[in-house]
Amino acid sequence: MGIISRGFGGRRRESVPGLPPGQYLTHDFPVLSAGPTPRIPLDRWSFTIATETGEKKSWNWAEFTALESADVTVDIHCVTKWSKLGTTWRGVSLDTLLADVETAADYTMVHSFGGYTTNVPMEDLLDGKAWIAYKFDGEDLEPEHGGPARMLIPHLYFWKSAKWVNGLSLMNDDEPGFWEAAGYHMYGDPWLEQRYQGD
Amino acid sequence: MNPLDGNAMAGDLRELFTVDVTAARYTCAGCGHAEAVGALVLWGQDMGRVGRCPHCEDVVLRVVNAPDRVFLDLHGSVRLELPLAGS
Repeated sequence: MGIISRGFGGRRRESVPGLPPGQYLTHDFPVLSAGPTPRIPLDRWSFTIATETGEKKSWNWAEFTALESADVTVDIHCVTKWSKLGTTWRGVSLDTLLADVETAADYTMVHSFGGYTTNVPMEDLLDGKAWIAYKFDGEDLEPEHGGPARMLIPHLYFWKSAKWVNGLSLMNDDEPGFWEAAGYHMYGDPWLEQRYQGD
Repeated sequence: MNPLDGNAMAGDLRELFTVDVTAARYTCAGCGHAEAVGALVLWGQDMGRVGRCPHCEDVVLRVVNAPDRVFLDLHGSVRLELPLAGS
């Protein structure tokens, strides 16, 4: 008496608006870690942008959280195939952080406490597409989810939204980050299913 | 999330090598520590397996399984020393 068949489930998944190809919906918030979770005291937190000419601009936690923040509601898509729709965050737009930075770089490398890196083209950080988030669902961001602050670049697979961010290097040429060097796609557009190199 | 040890990578590595690589000795590019691959601290189950040096926590090797390919990244290891069969 299988009223709800596998076929029906499959069609339902595909018909969920906002769900890229190959993804399934989750209401949990799975935690993926490539290493131990760093615990960063706020008085030791800083975020530094280093330009392609070696200029540096840094913010400590007080300076960072005093910047204009934005509340955003976005869908997030993990390359391991879960998607979570309508997630709410507060963070500082990369437009704000990069506003006074003199650069002609086309590429960036995001750096994290613990050594994680991921590469993102400059244009994907600008025009309201990326934030450094420090609140999730109205609460301070838990260390397991990247707190004190993580990158939020919802239009790319979520490995690009690096946890525990502490810096951004601006680069003239694209270079692979942590997962990109190990076979994942250099760009990672979930709507084009750019999961692995060559996809 | 608690990491496993490098022996849990045996299946993935068997797809790449005809020898048991967990018995091979790696030399860590970060700290120079040398030990059996099976002694690595293993993280990152879902996107790929990340073997970290138990001595300095640097990444020694990464294995990423795509549906049609396996990637082995050895950026973090200076060398692998593999015992020959019968020796």
